[in-house]
Amino acid sequence: MSTEKNPQHDELIHIGPEMAVAEADVHADEGAFLRGTSLWRDAWRRLLKNKLAVFGLVVVIVVTIASIAGPALIQQTFGFTPDYIPNNDKLTRSFPPFTGPDGKFSWLHPMGTDNAGRDVMARVLQGGQISLFVGILSTVISLLIGVSYGAIAGYAGGRVDNLMMRIVDVFYSLPYIIIVIVLLSLFRSQTPRGQLTLLFIAIGSVSWLTMARIVRGQILSLKNQEFVLAARATGVSGSRIVFRHLVPNTLGPVIVYATLTVPQIMLLEAFLSFLGFGVQAPLSSWGSLAADGVTNIAVFPWQLIFPGVTMALTLFSLNFLGDGLRDALDPQMRTV
Amino acid sequence: MLRFIVRRLLITIPTILVVISITWVLIKLAPGNFYSGEKKLSPAVEKNIREKYGLDKPWYQQYGKTMWTIIRHLDFGTSLKYEGQSVNTIIRRSFPVSAAVGLMAYLLALVVGVTAGSIAALKQNSKWDYGSMALAMLGISIPNFVLGPILVLIFSLGLYWLPPARWEGFPSRNMILPVLTLSALYMAYIARLTRAGMLEVLRSDYIRTARAKGLSERDVVLKHALRGGLMPVVSYTGPSLAFLLTGTVVVERIFALPGLGNYFIQASFNRDEPLIIGIVAFIAIILLTMNLLVDIAYAYLDPRVRYQ
Repeated sequence: MSTEKNPQHDELIHIGPEMAVAEADVHADEGAFLRGTSLWRDAWRRLLKNKLAVFGLVVVIVVTIASIAGPALIQQTFGFTPDYIPNNDKLTRSFPPFTGPDGKFSWLHPMGTDNAGRDVMARVLQGGQISLFVGILSTVISLLIGVSYGAIAGYAGGRVDNLMMRIVDVFYSLPYIIIVIVLLSLFRSQTPRGQLTLLFIAIGSVSWLTMARIVRGQILSLKNQEFVLAARATGVSGSRIVFRHLVPNTLGPVIVYATLTVPQIMLLEAFLSFLGFGVQAPLSSWGSLAADGVTNIAVFPWQLIFPGVTMALTLFSLNFLGDGLRDALDPQMRTV
Repeated sequence: MLRFIVRRLLITIPTILVVISITWVLIKLAPGNFYSGEKKLSPAVEKNIREKYGLDKPWYQQYGKTMWTIIRHLDFGTSLKYEGQSVNTIIRRSFPVSAAVGLMAYLLALVVGVTAGSIAALKQNSKWDYGSMALAMLGISIPNFVLGPILVLIFSLGLYWLPPARWEGFPSRNMILPVLTLSALYMAYIARLTRAGMLEVLRSDYIRTARAKGLSERDVVLKHALRGGLMPVVSYTGPSLAFLLTGTVVVERIFALPGLGNYFIQASFNRDEPLIIGIVAFIAIILLTMNLLVDIAYAYLDPRVRYQ
């Protein structure tokens, strides 16, 4: 997905010194670190050349800042919160974007209002907080479980590896979305906070599988290299080898996959919230806002379109950023 | 080959039983009961209900009875909310709806996705390539619960071309929007997979040989490249069935189709325990059987798989 004409060309220039550094420092403990910085700087430079990835990065940063600061800023400027329902009968209706109560142009509600007269923009930004929060935190959870599981399986090898990966295979083949829905509906919490926690548990418990597979594959190819042998020869313990020597070397693919996991999890959260099993009122996410919007689509389409488009734009950007990162960190994979 | 099938079967059947057991355990662990609603029941009524549904027996007897009727008779009991209807009847009535929509969506995705992906690969770095890949990324990023209503807004409420919802049997205009909504995501995935697979194959030696011996470009692509380039798409069939399943839940909800997904959501909201177990088990059976078939097909196509 790169816009560059000839990527191979500048790789050739930069791969030389990098290899030399790697060769020289392979036995030193700081070797991985030295090589790491040059690899990261190189990757960053390549990423900045990819216009779509930069676009994605900018959009993600803008959406994140707007979601965090937006609701407070709106309250400062216009004096209403995302949950503010006007106590005037004439105002508790859905107004189109940029329209005031008198039907004339107004800056007050750039995305219109919903049926209760609440400002859609403030609600979309607040929903973004929850959506991004769920996406990022669940990714961190899946990262912790997936990386540890995959690393242990890969390093242990043999029977343990076989058993651990068989378990992953079985989990993979389960209709897990269905089980997640059963879990969320049966254990439905009375408090929105409780339901959010349940959502984390449900999403976190199913999203680490691919990460475990990726990390295991990486570890398998790394564990027979000299630096591991050197570490073992100097008496480093198994867990230290795994988490201090092997895992840091898998960071490239892990970061790439984590970036691509965030939009997947946000989509899953939105899907569950849309069906009514996820985030509960008064909390809202893009999924639950879209669910509210769908019921009014015929008359008040802006109630669906703004949360929907904001979400699609964010996911689009995250996906492009992830693709760009993969191209930057792992040039050999760029065709995929 | 036979050993391979037997081995896979030995994993599949226990997995189905595990899925049913997990669901059963979740239901038993969940707070409350299916009969505990807003009204408080008198102890006598509660005792009667518990006796009728065998809830007064110890848990292992309840578990044993449920599993035994499922294994022995493939009978999931009677729905608690749709009175007098057996779970099997509901599944038999609703599954064809989901299957029809899902299958059409998958076929559409396959045709469009493979075509777009091949064109993108053959004209790499052209505007066709960037255009179709940007569209594919859009297809992956737009949630289907946003896409569906927007299609309704345009084609039903705006242009009056197509009906917005409801089910009117298999070949009907009502199917068009649900199928389009459902297939967008797979179309996008298949296009990306095809492009990646084709790019790799087009660089390989046997394609160079085919070109060198003077085959027309059409023959090179259709007879040689596609076969190898489509392998990623074939291996994606298994996971895509799972996606299709979750997709149908949303699509059936948006378009008010009387399919399996819609009944499943209703059952989950109503805590209709036999119906929940029945649909989960049925979905697990369908999914795992399809996965098994895909694996067998794959092993048949690619002998390396069998010996792993």
